[in-house]
Amino acid sequence: METIAQMFTLPLLLISFRYATPLILAALGGVFNERSGVINIALEGMMLFGAFAAVYGSGVTGNPWIGVLYSIGAGLAFALILAIVCVTFKADQIVVATGINIFASGLTIYFLQVLYGVAGTSPRAPRLPSIRILGMRYNPITLIAVALVPIVWFILFKTPWGLRIRSIGEHPSAADTLGINVNRYRFICVLISGALAGLAGAHLSIGEFSAFVREMSQGRGFIALAAMIFGKWHPVGAFGAALLFGYAEAISIRVDFAFIPSELIRAIPYVLTIIVLAGFIGKAIPPKAIGKPYFKGED
Amino acid sequence: MSELQTTKTDAGGRLINILIELGFALFSIVIALLVGIAFILLAGESPLDAYHALYIGSIGSWREFLNTLWRATPLIFTGFALALPFKAGLFNIGGEGQLLVGGFAAGFVGFYFTGIPGGLHVALAIIAAIAAGALWGLIPGILKAYKGAHEVITTIMLNYIAIQLTIRYGIERYRIGGRQALPTIQDSAKLLRFNDLAELPVVGSLPFIEAFALPGLRLHFNFILALLAALFLWYLLWKTTTGYELRAVGFNASAAEYGGISSKKTIILSMVIAGALAGLAGAGEALGTHHTFMSGMDAGLGFTGIAVALLGRNHPFGIVAAGILFGALSQGGLEMQFVGIPSEIVTIIQALVIFFVAGLQMLKWFLLKQREKGEAE
Repeated sequence: METIAQMFTLPLLLISFRYATPLILAALGGVFNERSGVINIALEGMMLFGAFAAVYGSGVTGNPWIGVLYSIGAGLAFALILAIVCVTFKADQIVVATGINIFASGLTIYFLQVLYGVAGTSPRAPRLPSIRILGMRYNPITLIAVALVPIVWFILFKTPWGLRIRSIGEHPSAADTLGINVNRYRFICVLISGALAGLAGAHLSIGEFSAFVREMSQGRGFIALAAMIFGKWHPVGAFGAALLFGYAEAISIRVDFAFIPSELIRAIPYVLTIIVLAGFIGKAIPPKAIGKPYFKGED
Repeated sequence: MSELQTTKTDAGGRLINILIELGFALFSIVIALLVGIAFILLAGESPLDAYHALYIGSIGSWREFLNTLWRATPLIFTGFALALPFKAGLFNIGGEGQLLVGGFAAGFVGFYFTGIPGGLHVALAIIAAIAAGALWGLIPGILKAYKGAHEVITTIMLNYIAIQLTIRYGIERYRIGGRQALPTIQDSAKLLRFNDLAELPVVGSLPFIEAFALPGLRLHFNFILALLAALFLWYLLWKTTTGYELRAVGFNASAAEYGGISSKKTIILSMVIAGALAGLAGAGEALGTHHTFMSGMDAGLGFTGIAVALLGRNHPFGIVAAGILFGALSQGGLEMQFVGIPSEIVTIIQALVIFFVAGLQMLKWFLLKQREKGEAE
């Protein structure tokens, strides 16, 4: 009983938002690119590189906000690779994204060595200020993430621009006939997802912490991908799923369970995603054209 | 893509195709190494020294060459784990997880099963690894075949479930002492290493066998299994009906279905074999390399395997060659670190190889397309 009471305390629910922040941001990014028909399993690498760039930018300028800009730039840079190689040159999205993840892991450790002469943890850099809400400290990125949810929803579902993105993901050649430049939209959507994943990285390194640690994204890019699927490619759904997964992380760290090992609780998001994807509870159906490069004049 | 057709072309045409593939692969590696120079210069080091160290540390001597083969072994297996389902049109990103459950099963059986004679114990541990890996391939296979769940996502999720289950929970629950690993396996479960060959009764008296008796050499018998697996896959894919069905499903699943091939069966079978092969990679790491299952022993081998399969053009023999190349990069990276150059440059080069292979593939496709257009006009 005591365990159950612990599971639902207000601080625990509030702190879930902090754990959920990178998931919300990267999942929103994922919603953009997947709705446009591009699969992005490189969110992980973009987040990792963003985390590093944030610390670098913050450390060099002494201003954590510049660090945030660096993280967005870093995410954009990696997204540019994915966009050019996969959208423009139509190479395989899974393969290139895997390359980006490996690249991110190698590049960040390389920079740690070259710039700071360390292999594990960077020197400390100024972190973002924290804001107290309901007695819980949040860094501004958490607030940005939550505020972005209705904005992304509005863009995707209430603007012509959003309608075009969604139509491209479902039936690119039909969209093309209507004069929509399929690959330009996809290019932009991939860049947006990179920017958001990079920002998610800043939350990890200079939001919740004040240094970069190698491999600090720890699979969160993939959990964000899971949250996006669990939320059925919808920004509000993705937000809900990200919160749920953030909560799962929070309880696995902060609540001591007598009957389930905390390591197994951390696996819950992944198991849930498989269950939803397989359609055991409310089937998650991806956009139809997902993962397929678009060639004009062919189908 | 066009393998079903190329089987009909004459031997000369096939040879030219192979040479073109090889040319593109080598070209990608050369560009990756050239771009790598920028990263070496940025680190304030001499590219010449760096690549010299890479060469010396990987194929500069017999001993390092054997260690390169040792590094290549798990990569060859995880490369196969991607390639076989790929032939059936599936993307198995789950090599990492399949390797982990295989390694854990092998490490577990290797320590906790006692009193079994040597040969039998190793065999049992290997079989456990194969079974665990196969199970980890079976799940996404079934979900894909019967529920249409996208295998890329399910295998990614299963990777993380495997990490939680084995590295986090499994080690925490079954370790003895403070090390983030299972206890060291029994001697009877250790996979034979090449440098122990000279001490064997009959084999040890063979000529040249002392060439393998090098201290610090970690090459073990999983490498031989990897070569056997390459032969098995080649035979399976191109000499059996099952292989034909597999390629037919990958070529056009609905056409294959009309031709009386069960795509469900084929999908599941390819994923199960892939999982088993990745499980073998884990068995080799646990029983041959580390003599335990430990945190970090996967070291991205599953993901690097994707690059290996890509570079090896998803052909079993190509994958062996690509695996040895990537093994050489990792082994040579150590020497680079010794002379003070960040070994992560190797990881960067590996990622660059992926970008260039993937990009060049499209360039080739584009050129072919242009030529077809020219012919049509």
